[in-house]
Amino acid sequence: MSEDQNVQNTAPKGAIGRFLAMPADTLPKTLFVAVTLCLVASMIVSAVAVALRPAQEVNKLKDKQVNILQVAGVYEKGVDVAEAFAAFEPHVLELATGRFTDQFDAKTFDDRASADNPDTSVALTDDPAAIGRKSKFVTVYLLRDDAGAIDKVILPIHGYGLWSTLYGFIALEENGNDIYGLQFYSHAETPGLGAEVDNPRWKSLWRDKKLADENGMLQITVAKSVPAAGAEYHVDALAGATLTSRGVDNLVKFWMGEAGFAPFLTNLKAGEI
Amino acid sequence: MAQTKRELLIDPMVDNNPITLQVLGICSALAVTSSLQVAFVMSIAVTLVTAFSSMFISMIRNQIPSSIRIIVQMVIIASLVIMVDQVLKAYAFEISKTLSVFVGLIITNCIVMGRAEAFAMKNPPIASFVDGIGNGLGYGLILMMVGVIRELFGAGSLFGVTILETVNNGGWYVPNGMLLLPPSAFFIIGLIIWAFRTLKPEQVEEREYKIQVVEAH
Repeated sequence: MSEDQNVQNTAPKGAIGRFLAMPADTLPKTLFVAVTLCLVASMIVSAVAVALRPAQEVNKLKDKQVNILQVAGVYEKGVDVAEAFAAFEPHVLELATGRFTDQFDAKTFDDRASADNPDTSVALTDDPAAIGRKSKFVTVYLLRDDAGAIDKVILPIHGYGLWSTLYGFIALEENGNDIYGLQFYSHAETPGLGAEVDNPRWKSLWRDKKLADENGMLQITVAKSVPAAGAEYHVDALAGATLTSRGVDNLVKFWMGEAGFAPFLTNLKAGEI
Repeated sequence: MAQTKRELLIDPMVDNNPITLQVLGICSALAVTSSLQVAFVMSIAVTLVTAFSSMFISMIRNQIPSSIRIIVQMVIIASLVIMVDQVLKAYAFEISKTLSVFVGLIITNCIVMGRAEAFAMKNPPIASFVDGIGNGLGYGLILMMVGVIRELFGAGSLFGVTILETVNNGGWYVPNGMLLLPPSAFFIIGLIIWAFRTLKPEQVEEREYKIQVVEAH
């Protein structure tokens, strides 16, 4: 109460003082309150967002690394993420040639920034994953076994689901055809329906599925029923999340196809990586 | 000011509980109670947002023109919610991933707005702050009660620590999957309201309609 009485008792000082002393329900006062409140609130919110950004970036990076560890099946609770992640070899891959390139530093290369940069990306005309632009270069990770041979490759994938772009990784065995795991680390699908892409039981369905048949035809599909090609190419769609499932189907087909990692996988199978 | 600070804090726990008596904030109570840890963080977030929004609104309550008072309240509440969301993203990333959708929904949590409109617009800042804390804790209390039942019988654990070894993990307990789905919270909250009103009959509302007995001819 006291502060309000002070305003009443002292003579209004300056423009702000005059406004404060004004009765609340007049038009100028209404405008004054609205403008001041919006200014103050927006300044506080921006200040908090800017101040906390560094801590959030660290978390995001760590989360991405944890997801790479998980998709490769080497994550355990309580493990030192940075240390475990050191086992993974990052490489920048030129999608069109399917070869690694040294143009960029793989540790700092930013796939998403690259996809927005007209010099390093192409606009897609045939765009089943609905991503608009495709970066010509992406970061892939190799996990080698003790003998130094490639054990698994972890490839980034993304595409549009129902509400949001799903970002994730697919881990393939060294033969470039057997799926070891698939996992999304960022999306905003409906909790309980589309967001069930995070369900461990659904993710485990991807283990040991095959991308392409003996003739090299891409057969992997996310669908309600088992396709003619056979169960080894089929991942059951999510119940109640038709559009998210369709999005995952499209994006996996896109990234594993010619526009995506097919040249790289050909090289991998030929043992040229 | 008839109520003391102590009453303001204790009253919303049982006698004037926001969920069981005011029946506010049900939607988030359904959404976040399948695991205790999430329910706990949500309770803290709602308590802080309710307390501080009530306090700030109360501080400027004599300056708020009544024609835009709801918008003013919303702006203050929304700013606080964004701050909570940012802090969670920075310091509790795992939880923020589970909660992100629901944290945004605190803005529309009827408890926050209800207390701002019903209490903070008419009372001084400190009392409003205490009232906010009390209502947040009352909300949290029910959330934790529901959370204990849902996590213990739905997943066999409390705060992620296994209590009842489930069959899937080689134990004996067959979890009740329905408890992990949101509708189960409806049943549990309904039962809690029933229990509260049986213990405290003064909470029972008067019937709006009486069933008419029509004599057959």
